[in-house]
Amino acid sequence: MQLLIIITACCLLVSVVANARKTWIGVKKGLTMFLNLLPILLLMLALVSIVLFLIPNETLIKYMGKSSGIEGWLIAAFLGSIALIPGFIAYPLCSVLIKSGVAYATIAVFITTLMMVGIITLPVEAKFFGWKTSIVRNALSFFAALFIGFLMMIFL
Amino acid sequence: MKLLKKYIFPILFLAFVGLSYAFDFASGKQIGLNFWMFFKEMILFLPLMFILIGLFDVWVPREKIEKHIGRESGWKGTGLVILLAMLQAGPLYGAFPFAYILWKKGCNIRNIFIYLGAFATIKIPMITFEIGFLGLKFSLLRTLITLPVFILTGYIMEWYLKDKNFEVKQP
Repeated sequence: MQLLIIITACCLLVSVVANARKTWIGVKKGLTMFLNLLPILLLMLALVSIVLFLIPNETLIKYMGKSSGIEGWLIAAFLGSIALIPGFIAYPLCSVLIKSGVAYATIAVFITTLMMVGIITLPVEAKFFGWKTSIVRNALSFFAALFIGFLMMIFL
Repeated sequence: MKLLKKYIFPILFLAFVGLSYAFDFASGKQIGLNFWMFFKEMILFLPLMFILIGLFDVWVPREKIEKHIGRESGWKGTGLVILLAMLQAGPLYGAFPFAYILWKKGCNIRNIFIYLGAFATIKIPMITFEIGFLGLKFSLLRTLITLPVFILTGYIMEWYLKDKNFEVKQP
């Protein structure tokens, strides 16, 4: 985060020195995009916080810990697709899952869907790619995650 | 009035959280705390990201980007977008605006989706975190397996969208 602040500040500085007018156009453009996206982003964050409340870590551990094999992957993929957990919570959670007996392949499926498939972020994604393409991308990523789990199982 | 309509859902949500605090409704308070955690992460990160994207838009000429990662680019272009994605950080929805600007500057469909795949799964800041919690062997293997799978999905998306007038829209 600090790095991003520093990088942005440096770019702004260089840009202003080079051409202040151009810089203003760029900044205005960027912030306009941000403001256009803000209502749907806030809606998404509200949904995310409700889902995180409805599916606490204990629930994830309970469901993923019990199942194994294909069933385990499907549950992991499903949970990973609805949840949107930032990395700094997801990885400690995964190491707890492994200690409670969840297979590494299942964890790989969970992580991949968590990062790659976002049912709650679909409205935001659709703003850029349109609904149909967004749904296709998410569905494809879902199956890709299962495939990754399969390969992990073979190699581990 | 128009502004109110645009923000009606976030306002209703905040009202819900506010009432939860007023009436000491524990579940609502927890949801409010969750929201605050995500909001904090987003509210500084995204505007900075968008400023960078705006600057990128005015300074970087289309020809330059198109030459490297556009229609005519091969493996080198794919390598470049993967490298770019790996150096970034943040949640996937932060990558969509970047995908938009790459598209606008002439990046091809395949590389757009390979970029998103790489951004989501093999960002270096995330990988270092992953190694810490799940071990080097797991992370390395997951990265090596994930990479070809997402390059493949890039090709599939390109094939699927080929004749569909695909575009990345400005929000």
